[in-house]
Amino acid sequence: MLDSLIQGILLGGYYAVLAAGLSLMFGVVRFINLAHGDMAVLGALGSLWLVQSAGVVVPLAIVITLIGMAALGWLMQRFIFERALAGGFLIPILTTIGLGAALQNGMFAAFGSNTQSLGAHIGNLSWSSWQLPGGIIVGQLPVYMFATAVLVLGSLHLLLTRTAFGRAVRSTSTDAEAASLCGVDPRKVHRWAAAIAVALAGLAGIFLAMRAQVTPFSGPMMLIFAFEAVVIGGIGSLRGTLIGGIVLGVVQALGALISPQISILAGHLVFLAVLGWRLMHVAASERGGWRAALKAVFNKPDLSRSQA
Amino acid sequence: MTPAQTLPMAASDRRLLVLVGIVLLALVTLPWLGSALIVDKLIYLFILVMFAVMWNLLAGYAGLVSVGQQAFIGLGGYALVRLVEAGLPPFPTIFLAAALTGVVAWALSWFMLRMKAGEFAVATWVIAETIRSIVMFDPIVQGETGTSLLALNAYDPDLRRMVLYLLSLGSMVVMVGGTWVLLQRRIGAESQAIRDDEDAAASIGISTFQVKQRIYIIASVGCALAGALWLASAITFQPRTSFGVQWSVFMLFMVLVGGIGTFIGPILGALLFFALQEIFGDFGAWYLAGIGIVAILFALYLPRGLVGLWLDRGRDEPLSLRKRLRLRE
Amino acid sequence: MTSAQKPALTLTDLVGRHGQLQAIKGLSLTVEPNEVLAVIGANGAGKTTLMRMIAGLHPVAEGGILLHGAPVTTMPAHERVKAGIALSPEGRRLFGDMTVAENLMIAAENGRKGDWTLSTVCDAFPQLTPLLGRLAGGLSGGQRQAVAIGRALISNPSVILLDEVSLGLSPAAVEGLYESLAGLKGQVTLIVVEQDLTRAMGFASRLICIAEGVLELDGTPATLSRQQITDAYFGIHKAEEPSHA
Repeated sequence: MLDSLIQGILLGGYYAVLAAGLSLMFGVVRFINLAHGDMAVLGALGSLWLVQSAGVVVPLAIVITLIGMAALGWLMQRFIFERALAGGFLIPILTTIGLGAALQNGMFAAFGSNTQSLGAHIGNLSWSSWQLPGGIIVGQLPVYMFATAVLVLGSLHLLLTRTAFGRAVRSTSTDAEAASLCGVDPRKVHRWAAAIAVALAGLAGIFLAMRAQVTPFSGPMMLIFAFEAVVIGGIGSLRGTLIGGIVLGVVQALGALISPQISILAGHLVFLAVLGWRLMHVAASERGGWRAALKAVFNKPDLSRSQA
Repeated sequence: MTPAQTLPMAASDRRLLVLVGIVLLALVTLPWLGSALIVDKLIYLFILVMFAVMWNLLAGYAGLVSVGQQAFIGLGGYALVRLVEAGLPPFPTIFLAAALTGVVAWALSWFMLRMKAGEFAVATWVIAETIRSIVMFDPIVQGETGTSLLALNAYDPDLRRMVLYLLSLGSMVVMVGGTWVLLQRRIGAESQAIRDDEDAAASIGISTFQVKQRIYIIASVGCALAGALWLASAITFQPRTSFGVQWSVFMLFMVLVGGIGTFIGPILGALLFFALQEIFGDFGAWYLAGIGIVAILFALYLPRGLVGLWLDRGRDEPLSLRKRLRLRE
Repeated sequence: MTSAQKPALTLTDLVGRHGQLQAIKGLSLTVEPNEVLAVIGANGAGKTTLMRMIAGLHPVAEGGILLHGAPVTTMPAHERVKAGIALSPEGRRLFGDMTVAENLMIAAENGRKGDWTLSTVCDAFPQLTPLLGRLAGGLSGGQRQAVAIGRALISNPSVILLDEVSLGLSPAAVEGLYESLAGLKGQVTLIVVEQDLTRAMGFASRLICIAEGVLELDGTPATLSRQQITDAYFGIHKAEEPSHA
């Protein structure tokens, strides 16, 4: 039980990194990239290819992958998403579904369906562990990954809150037109936000490749996990994203105690519960808060009677 | 304006309808003449047309871009398997399965329709995954393994094929015709108003939730019916296939390429998609990747699809509902 | 000829559309450097569209805009800020989830460099100093307008456009703002959209009136009569002129 809790928290770091990219795109560029998970898989398979076929050492492969993914994000924003966003709310959704299908099947065609893992290339790190007092065993790799996740999200938080670039990003996300009146080029901000978002997806993909098997079709599930973490944690804050990731990780780890099938389902259900609660809350506050909403519900029969 | 144009339907449209009638008549007689292979392929084509028309109703007319209609495709199939397992006769049960799925859609609608745009899209997908996970707990489904509609093997293969063919053809005609009728009624104009600007639609007194809910339920029942028919023709029920997101990609492709928000577009798109699958289907993953790329290109450069291309040449949209709605006002 | 001698702003036959509708119908205007111009007109006359066109937020369908003699017609808004145009838009459009200091810093960091900095802006608008650490979303109307004007000023523009300066503000807040604005006279070209005619005539050195997208009236407060202005405001033409409707 405690063991699962710790594993879940550590897993949450991975989900938070995955979710942060999605959240950044949604918050700043204002659309949900439905190919986000597939981009993560591209990062995973890209780094695997670098290590296995090009013979690059793992740390260098990670650096190359991250830079490559950032460049890809910038280019996609420049050449695909910018155009899609000009076409209303339908077009970005349609475009990114198409992109997801193209990426999944393209990667399947290029890399084959073999499930692959970086685990074999990182030496004893993939199975080394520490023994904590109380007989709890914690894997070193999950701890390093969690630490990296917190470090990355922390620096991103500082970047967004403490720097001129961060202010430009936040102003654009609040009101792009007003930002342009301050001399900020919203399109440039969007491109850099996309670069960071896709690099984060790539990092999450590398994490996944280290701790598990990756297939070209893992992307949709990763998108769903990312979205769940974003919604559970609340859109618009990196701390929330980290909490959302941890909650999702813990729920899945506890669910896995019962059965592997329950693990994923438990995540979905918690997500749906949070979303449902939030939507109900919104609906209630539109009617003047919980009390007024309940009153309205109970008074309805009286109203119709008095009208009749 | 000549008087002829103020009639409810343009002459070219009436000619088109006569042609459609002849084609339908030919299709009805086909199973007595055509080979088993052709009949099977046509069943698939009819199912694709149903998917496309239903998704267009949802996304093109009500602005509800769903990536999770596979929830209802899968549920329709699953309900069929479950009910037949319980001893019901397979063919009538296809319709019962669709109706039961409609109840699920009704229940989900209260929750789903409170979301907007991208949020709605991903949430529909999560719902599909959730339902798949739950269905996989059913002992007869055996997790990933799936199950078969063995009861259908009791029928003579030719008879089974013929019945399925006629059921699919009939369902398609009812769905396409029903959409035509539906969109000419008040709800057609209301749903488009909601798609274009929900707040404005609400401000002129349209009960936006109710309109969206009706369309959502109709589209879900339609997908469930097509899904149950597909399962009856494929026999094997596998959760990953029946609840697969590929259905959404196919629907999106057909509707987008044909012309989203037009009546004839999705039907054209389904025909084209069917043809592409026949020609390039053997290329497997590369073909599917190509489908994705074509979808991106259409979304970016030809968002109104092939019908839009036709309109750009200054021609009238065949079987346009827009024109007729304007005439009624 | 140096740029200082050229008109600060030259609009030539400017046309702006909202879909099929023409909001600005061939408007020409020349504004001299350091002029204080008040723009008046009824709601829907096209004042805000004109401001947005000058700032680069609304596309110019026809005609051209020169800033100190250099064309800016197709320049995006953020580049016009760097060329020296700043707009404090209708509704202020502050970044509500950021502090006042951050709101000002964004414009300082991305606009032109010059004499206006956080400290000089706070000297000119002393009411800003105690607000710097507060979130812009929680300010009163007058405070928000002061921040918006400060945000326009801090990008060191040569032309400042202020849309709907006193809309929704208390008389005391309006008074305070105009006192501060008066200090800017002579340093920068000021174009102010003002609904309050008395205020506009008292503050500006020149006054124009727009009705239905057309320049109806152009003159100085000293030469224009109230009757002339009221007629122009409602688009009432002299009897011999044919109606354009």
